Amino acid sequence: MYATMLRIRRSEERARELYAAGRIPGFIHLSIGQEAVAAGVCAPLRRDDYLLSTHRGHGHLIAKGGSLRGFMAELYGKATGCCKGKGGSMHIADASVGYLGANGVLTSGCVLAPGVGQSILMRGTDQVAVTIFGDGAANRGPFHEGVNLAALWKVPVVFVCENNFWASTTAHDLATAGGSIAARAAGYGIPGETVDGNDALAVYEAMERAVDRARAGQGPSLIEARTVRFMGHFEGDPQGYRSRGEVEGGRQRDPIARLRAHLEEAKLLDAAHAARVAAAIEAEVQDAVDFAESSPLPAAEDALQDLFVHYPWSD
Amino acid sequence: MAVMDFGDALNLALREEMRRDPRVYCIGEDIVLGVPFGVTKGLAEEFGLARVRNAPISEAAIVGSAMGAAITGLVPVVDMHFADFVTCAMDEVANQIAKSRYMFGGQISCPLTLRMPYGIGRSAGGHHSNSVEAWFVNIPGLKVCIPSTPADARGLLKAAIRDPDPVLIFEHRGLYRVTGDVAEAETLVLLGLADVKRAGRDVTVIATARMVGESLAAAERLAGEGISVEVVDPRSLVPLDREGLAASVRKTHRVVIAEEGPMRGSVGAWLAWVIMEACFDDLDAPIARVAGPNIPIPFSPPLEAFATPGAADVAAAIRRVLT
Repeated sequence: MYATMLRIRRSEERARELYAAGRIPGFIHLSIGQEAVAAGVCAPLRRDDYLLSTHRGHGHLIAKGGSLRGFMAELYGKATGCCKGKGGSMHIADASVGYLGANGVLTSGCVLAPGVGQSILMRGTDQVAVTIFGDGAANRGPFHEGVNLAALWKVPVVFVCENNFWASTTAHDLATAGGSIAARAAGYGIPGETVDGNDALAVYEAMERAVDRARAGQGPSLIEARTVRFMGHFEGDPQGYRSRGEVEGGRQRDPIARLRAHLEEAKLLDAAHAARVAAAIEAEVQDAVDFAESSPLPAAEDALQDLFVHYPWSD
Repeated sequence: MAVMDFGDALNLALREEMRRDPRVYCIGEDIVLGVPFGVTKGLAEEFGLARVRNAPISEAAIVGSAMGAAITGLVPVVDMHFADFVTCAMDEVANQIAKSRYMFGGQISCPLTLRMPYGIGRSAGGHHSNSVEAWFVNIPGLKVCIPSTPADARGLLKAAIRDPDPVLIFEHRGLYRVTGDVAEAETLVLLGLADVKRAGRDVTVIATARMVGESLAAAERLAGEGISVEVVDPRSLVPLDREGLAASVRKTHRVVIAEEGPMRGSVGAWLAWVIMEACFDDLDAPIARVAGPNIPIPFSPPLEAFATPGAADVAAAIRRVLT
């Protein structure tokens, strides 16, 4: 998990630099500060488990095992990107590792997930479907429809709310009646748990319980992981709506430093080992950047591909 | 050859496809009993409640979960109950189902069928009467078909279910009890093929759904006056059989386009351009259109009748293009 979190952090920091240098078109929504949620959620998952994500999905893709090369090339809009340049940052996907996409519409995964769960049950496998969404997304209608349906159908789904207390520029307290998203689970008759989203081990343990329940046929769960968004809503957002104290205070709870301290205390990691991990990840990320930089852009006519499986003979 | 109504023909198609492919399942509100139109009646007895799934009133979750299932190995047939309610699931249709395959660079596919019972009938009022097919024709990534006969309904629904891409099938509620010949053998109607419902020489009427029957009635009436009307049913709007429609217009040189939806911005407006582009030099008169007025469908019978195009409107339009 430590390596995963570092991989996310370094990829996001490099993406930030490259974006500022004009190498990446469009917008990017960085998950710096939220690495423990991605790592803790994905650690108990298998490659064939499914993950549906948000517009802030880079860390989720990386933690699920998606290719760094495909990811970085997709940010650049290159033909070698995981989505052939058709999706970009907000719509990255890697079906080969069960990552069924980041999504530009919040909460969408909450209604897709019960169907993925239904598919698992009807096909008779013991896969699990996980949908990660933000605090703001938990206030959209499909959150309620999706949780209700998943509970009724008792599907193997875990709903993970990655609560960073900001829905773009709107504070959690001003958007979420009742204050707690986990508490909503009780209304649908499913387990709901709040965890410290900056503590990778706590996230992992809560997730493992939820995944075990799902695989055992006990139905869905809701986990609210409370974390901190270090950067703006999107890169370029000056964050004037957040107090400096709040941002700085958040950085004090850096989840990577926290896990590292824990590992060192438990004698599972020493400085030399940490340095080797850091160096290996730096090389991986640099390789991905080199790959993206040197890859070709798609041909303009490629825009007409990939709409359908079966192209109609007419029209 | 058997005679059955439009609703039973759809039921037959569902039964055939569910027997053929265990991945196919139905989901929607009240579909176990098949209320109100009866299309899914009796399916639960044969296929069970997992494959004929009554859903709560949760359109976003009904449609969204169907997509989730479709991209992970199942073949859903969603019953929208009333097409008007698709607005409660517009993100799921327009942004998720239509776009995900494309945006993910072809990594997933969505073999989902969305059945859309729709149309004016019996003072159902403004939220249960709308023609919304134009909205979906305008969203790249969706296929759209619209049968007018029991045989076409059975064939198109089968083709839609087998299609690896998302397909919307518009079923006019006024057609559910209309009977027609349906082949004993399993028959598909491929998407993208128009059908000449009545051959003629003097004018082409391009009509969809309920307006096909209205156009045939108008044609019958005008035959008595020596006017020979050809009625062509596109059956499929995306993909559209442009060549099939154009071939008829090249023969008759005059066109009336007839639909139930509102005049402004509808399917007929687009088809008029398609014909203009393909057949400008073949036209001997401007294209005429029959469509509804630009109003929501009102409740009171005389008001609803005003909003409902019919055979008389088609006949009047045919006379206009012939003078």
